[in-house]
Amino acid sequence: MSDLNTFTIAEARDKLRAKEVTSLELTEACLNAIEGADALGAFVHHTPDLARDQAKAADARLLEGDAPNMCGIPLGIKDLFCTKGVPSQAASGILNGFKPEYESTVSQNLFDAGAVMLGKLNMDEFAMGSSNETSVYGNAVNPWRRGNEDTALTPGGSSGGSASAVAADLCLGATGTDTGGSIRQPAAFVGITGIKPTYGRCSRWGIVAFASSLDQAGPMTKTVRDAAIMLETMCSHDPKDSTSTDLPVPDFESMLTGDIRGKTIGIPKEYRMDGMPDEIEALWAEGKEMLADAGAKIADISLPHTKYALPAYYVIAPAEASSNLARYDGVRYGHRAKIAQGDGITEMYEKTRAEGFGAEVKRRVMIGTYVLSAGFYDAYYNRARKVRALIKKDFEDVFAQGVDAILTPATPSAAFELGRETSDPVEMYLNDVFTVTVNLAGLPGIAVPTGLDKQGLPLGLQLIGRPWEEGDLLNTAYALEQAAGFVAKPGKWW
Amino acid sequence: MSIDTATAAKVAKLARIRVEEDELPALAQEFNTILGFIEQLNEVDVEGIEPMVSVTPMRLKRRDDVVTDGNQQDKVLANAPDAREGFFAVPKVVE
Repeated sequence: MSDLNTFTIAEARDKLRAKEVTSLELTEACLNAIEGADALGAFVHHTPDLARDQAKAADARLLEGDAPNMCGIPLGIKDLFCTKGVPSQAASGILNGFKPEYESTVSQNLFDAGAVMLGKLNMDEFAMGSSNETSVYGNAVNPWRRGNEDTALTPGGSSGGSASAVAADLCLGATGTDTGGSIRQPAAFVGITGIKPTYGRCSRWGIVAFASSLDQAGPMTKTVRDAAIMLETMCSHDPKDSTSTDLPVPDFESMLTGDIRGKTIGIPKEYRMDGMPDEIEALWAEGKEMLADAGAKIADISLPHTKYALPAYYVIAPAEASSNLARYDGVRYGHRAKIAQGDGITEMYEKTRAEGFGAEVKRRVMIGTYVLSAGFYDAYYNRARKVRALIKKDFEDVFAQGVDAILTPATPSAAFELGRETSDPVEMYLNDVFTVTVNLAGLPGIAVPTGLDKQGLPLGLQLIGRPWEEGDLLNTAYALEQAAGFVAKPGKWW
Repeated sequence: MSIDTATAAKVAKLARIRVEEDELPALAQEFNTILGFIEQLNEVDVEGIEPMVSVTPMRLKRRDDVVTDGNQQDKVLANAPDAREGFFAVPKVVE
């Protein structure tokens, strides 16, 4: 059987259970696809032996019957997840050679369910970036191209490797993480589905920390159904993460009825940005119509503090990053700089961090250090946390008015070219303009591909849900997916 | 609020990141661009608003005050750039 790597998770699960295919066959098909896809830069650490062992174990479990949904499903794991005995570097030089002695809770949950790890996936260094260009491994590349051009495009970031791998059928699904849009923006750029659940749904334990009050893991998959299946396995209450929530995890897949009659979908006026391309505007209008046709009520809403989300984010995230990344001191793990005669421990720290961190990470650590420093803490950090409270209240107010989900564009543009020259770091930050509010408010958000632009590149819409109601959100996304009927795939050039 | 090279140098020092003298002006410029962007927050009326502490209203869970693991010195040291005799080794700290 060929093309097993193009299966969705749901298809593979059903065929595995029907004994029409084995996990080892699925795994070999993916390993084969990965081998021919170096040009995508998606997989940065390969674990074929582990994958085959896990696949064999999954096949044995499937034979016994009663195997969980994810049993035997070959996945890619973002490099941000600590995986026992396998390099886990957060795409940073400072974690060069680091092989954790432990397993992240999310990857452990997947493995406990019988999932197979093909390898580790490229990303922006410490998940700081929107184009996968800050990675120590080099760029991940979007499998999509504009028309007949061969310009290399970004798969987005930070989960760029995950996006590229899933879109190019190198794996059936991948883990991502999302601090300001790092699951949803890349998913939109490559025409796949990506969901960031409510803050606290997935344990952060064993995921290299960027901004702890914003970071959440989530699945990146070919369909909404796959996202529902994989998310359920990733979620759990975890005593090792004090912010992980002790709530039952519903069977999300069973909630996919596609029936959204009577639901209220909010359209926030503040998301209509100046200079937004017409195509994005049109896509948004189409999405609104699709949901209305499916029986939802459309309501114009206002989220008045939207404009301040990005500036608040660029205080809070760097502040938390500067604290979290203080641990990289060249003592306990990773890179240590060679020191000169007479250098003391301070020189060792300074040289280690100068060599180990890339430019964007250094920039954000230093911005974070500045906004937390004596005399500025109140003016910047406390003010940003107050604005964050107002942003969250904006959402609470519209949910209290009876809004079930909010529809917005996922990104302000289609995928852009790699290597775009820019002297202004803020320009890159604007990629997250539609997604970052969701992290600040701790809400679930999902990106669904709904169309192609004039140049043949995928575009996505975002749905934002009420806290802890991922099932309902996934169902609305499912209705949108059904209506949009997005089936386009990138032509293989790699 | 404008950041000069002296402030940039001070921030780099606080962050324990070595920045060469000739890179400081560019760094200061980047800080100013980003802080200029952040300044927008001053437009917001935050009178009487409490700074957010936790995005989900929750009480942090406490666990029983008992030993949960230990006796894994080899694992703790396994990734150290320099470990000797069961310890992390660092340059001389105390004269």
